[in-house]
Amino acid sequence: MRPVIPYVAAALLFGLGVYGVLRRRNAVLVLMAVELMLNAVNLLLVTANAAPLATVSGPPAAAPAAPDAPAVDTAAAPPLTGQAFSLFVIVIAAAEVGVGLAIVLQLYRLRATIAVDDVPLDTHTPDTGPRAVVAAAPAAPARDGSASREPGPGERARGAER
Amino acid sequence: MTGTDALTLALGAVAVGAGALVVTTRHLVRAGLYLVVSLGAVAGLFLVLTAELVAWVQLLIYVGAVVVLLLFAVMLTRAPIGASDDLDRPGWPAALIGGGAGLGLAALLVDAYRWSTVELPEPGTAERLGAEVFGSWVLPFEVLSVLLLSALVGAVVVSVRIPGRRR
Amino acid sequence: MSVAPALGALLPAVPLGLALVGLLLPQRSRRGAAALGIGGAAASLAVAVALVAALDGRATEVGTGWVDVGGLAVTLTLRLDPTAALVAVAVAAVALAVQVYSVGYLRDDDRYAPYAAQISLFTAAMLLVVLAGDLILLLVGWEVMGVCSYLLIGHDRRLPEAPAAAVKAFLVTRVGDVGFLLGIVLLGVGAGGFRIADVLAHDFTGGQLTAACLLLLAGVAGKSAQFPLHTWLPDAMAGPTPISALIHAATMVAAGIYAVTRLYPLFEAAPVALALLGVLGSVTLLLGAFAATAQDDIKRVLAWSTVSQIGYMAGALAVGSPAAALFHLLSHAAFKALLFLAAGAVIHAVGSNLLSAMGGLRRPMPVTFWGTALGLAALAGVPPLSGFWSKDGVLAVAAQAARHHTGPTASWVGWLVWICGLAGVAVTAWYATRLLLRVFLGPARSPRHPVDGAPTDTAEAAALDAPSPGVDRTLGTAPIDAPAGSPAPTRAGTPHDPPPVMRWPILLLAVPSVALGPLVLATPLRSALDVAEVHLDGLAVIPVALLVVGAGHAWWRWRADPTTDPATVLGPLRPALARALWLDEAQHALVVRPVRALGRLARRADETVIDGAVEGTGRGLHALGGGLARSHRAAVPRAAAALLAGVLLLGAAALAWGGAA
Repeated sequence: MRPVIPYVAAALLFGLGVYGVLRRRNAVLVLMAVELMLNAVNLLLVTANAAPLATVSGPPAAAPAAPDAPAVDTAAAPPLTGQAFSLFVIVIAAAEVGVGLAIVLQLYRLRATIAVDDVPLDTHTPDTGPRAVVAAAPAAPARDGSASREPGPGERARGAER
Repeated sequence: MTGTDALTLALGAVAVGAGALVVTTRHLVRAGLYLVVSLGAVAGLFLVLTAELVAWVQLLIYVGAVVVLLLFAVMLTRAPIGASDDLDRPGWPAALIGGGAGLGLAALLVDAYRWSTVELPEPGTAERLGAEVFGSWVLPFEVLSVLLLSALVGAVVVSVRIPGRRR
Repeated sequence: MSVAPALGALLPAVPLGLALVGLLLPQRSRRGAAALGIGGAAASLAVAVALVAALDGRATEVGTGWVDVGGLAVTLTLRLDPTAALVAVAVAAVALAVQVYSVGYLRDDDRYAPYAAQISLFTAAMLLVVLAGDLILLLVGWEVMGVCSYLLIGHDRRLPEAPAAAVKAFLVTRVGDVGFLLGIVLLGVGAGGFRIADVLAHDFTGGQLTAACLLLLAGVAGKSAQFPLHTWLPDAMAGPTPISALIHAATMVAAGIYAVTRLYPLFEAAPVALALLGVLGSVTLLLGAFAATAQDDIKRVLAWSTVSQIGYMAGALAVGSPAAALFHLLSHAAFKALLFLAAGAVIHAVGSNLLSAMGGLRRPMPVTFWGTALGLAALAGVPPLSGFWSKDGVLAVAAQAARHHTGPTASWVGWLVWICGLAGVAVTAWYATRLLLRVFLGPARSPRHPVDGAPTDTAEAAALDAPSPGVDRTLGTAPIDAPAGSPAPTRAGTPHDPPPVMRWPILLLAVPSVALGPLVLATPLRSALDVAEVHLDGLAVIPVALLVVGAGHAWWRWRADPTTDPATVLGPLRPALARALWLDEAQHALVVRPVRALGRLARRADETVIDGAVEGTGRGLHALGGGLARSHRAAVPRAAAALLAGVLLLGAAALAWGGAA
């Protein structure tokens, strides 16, 4: 197996993820790009576990063994540090997506838009808010109690900021 | 080029191609689906690299939960079903930085590894991985549990809607 | 003899003390101010006369140490010798006459009290200069005189050109005073102290002495209105006429000459300085005389005449006779003060300064007429008046220096002074005659209501006699209607002799104008002044002949047509001479404008560069803070881009560093 292939794939995935974070306007798409980045890192970790740099020049180093760990037949098998860490990364990614999406949804409720451009930090724009948005579009049944049509108030909010 | 190489090459190409489509497509829902393809290809790569548990966990959690969450979010924020034009910000800083990161990293790795070969190790089964995690990495494991718990609580807190009061 | 030091110390102190008291008086108190002023001047005169008597031909010094500046001793010394005492008498007498006259002249002025106090202060300063035995004390008196001149020229606030004239006088004399101060410093540092006796006894090197004397000459030229620092004196006529009489005719302008006589042994050893003085004096002599021929303002004629006569004194100094210079100084003080006071009476009667508004005043104002006639005769040098003797003394020493090579300077200086002096006699006689004829004889040209009348035939004259550009005055065709400080002119248009308080000073000053010559030459005063024996040889006839020629020409022109100004004989030269060869304009262009531009540049540099740097630092920091704040508040996309770019850069840096290491 030639490790350079998954390595390069991981690197390109990472680059694509960065590109997506900076290019995409929709917050959910940004989170998708972040997932790409995390996957790239996972791939790197796993590949490194299989083909660490030391194998190019020598035998792999052993992982630190716990004092009272049951003796598994790892004496001849290389350690699985990379894979363990990729598990951890997956866990973190899951937590991050959960919280991130909760925030995105709350933002949507407040501003009726989830374009990352429209969240300026240097000026204060009055939130459209549930009441204001409801008052602005009385015909729409409030599903989340927030905006009616996305283009309408979103456009207004977006138009106010730029 | 052995079969393993061909397989990794194919899977890698699929992953990268799907990833490229994720970040460039103008259809929101299709982006989510391309993400599924990409994550699936990566899981395949994990399998080829003998990281069995990681591969199945990847499929379970990433494809099964995370992507579903993302798609739910897409639906809940009334994303347009068809193509939408205003999904992108100016492209040159993204291209610059993204290209720089990706290509730079790729160059680094190619320079390190060249066309060398490596023997595939023993498969990373659940037993072995469990021994590793609970043997050497217990503390990170526990911390991650706490992290998950706090993420759960945080997500609930952020999402709660107090009726009648603007949050 | 023992009382002389006390008298000497008292002499400047009395008017100084009364002046300080007078300055504290409220402005409206006329009686108190007049009493202090006249009393002070009278007391000074009495003390000065007593001093002459007490000195009895001997010289003494009185003084104490004052301060030690880095090894240089400054003392409070007064040098009391007969010369100084005589000059002090002259100063006090003129001051008394002026104080008495001013009571009448400024009857309608409500700022009389500070005016009188300032005259007392000036008298004190002049007496200090006369008696000073220490260079620093001389300088103190010198500068206080300059300040009083400034205050008094600008006395009449209603006159638009008075403040500018006062500033001009102050600044031009200040330019000279810088040189004066440097000269004093050079002398003092060289001699190790500032006492005049020590300085005179010290043995300076040639170069040091020449440099110091040349610098002192700058101050002399400034204070005594010699070329090229003469431009302030004609404009200073914007001050009240008694002030012109006191300061700008009799005393302050003579202070420069007096200072040279005081330090004459030094000047004798620096013939370069004396030669320069001779040249300046000769040039000034002729310049003043010719300029006086073309003026239409009576006070300006007298001002240029003063400039010219001081040129005679400077010339006398240059050819080695300080005594002749001092004699001419004293007689000039008498007749010029007389002329100014009489001119004041005429201005008061007619309501205008301009010759073209006067005429035919002999019958209505006989006292003034005869006073002016005597004064002008003395000015021209008609024997046996004082002016004849003193001017003849100057010409005699000049002739001697020229022909017999006596005197500290080369003989060409003597020739220059003599020839120019002779030419000046003719021109002086010419303009003196013109003045007398235009003012007192011929048809009356003054309008019946002189206050608001604007005689049209003076339009051309007013344009010719326009003030120099340094004086800021919008020149219309109206002549100067309210002469400085003069009381309201006579109503119903009938000129008459001035009231007694103004008449008596004129009469009293006529006495020395007539009699000072024989008085000095025939009495023990001659030895006090150290005037040379007078011998009326053939050369003394030449000035008299020239006088007759000059006066006769003017009279003949006037006889041909009594209504026109004899100055029309000047023809196309008249505008040039009226503006004194545009020297004032040249000064304005060469000095005033560049200095003002420099001032504006300095101000702009201060505001933009220095203030700009200070404020710019604040503004820059503020902007920097604002910029940093803005970058902190970047929205998500920009923050993400910054973050990722930073990561990329850090990675590249770590790679490079790690690779290098």
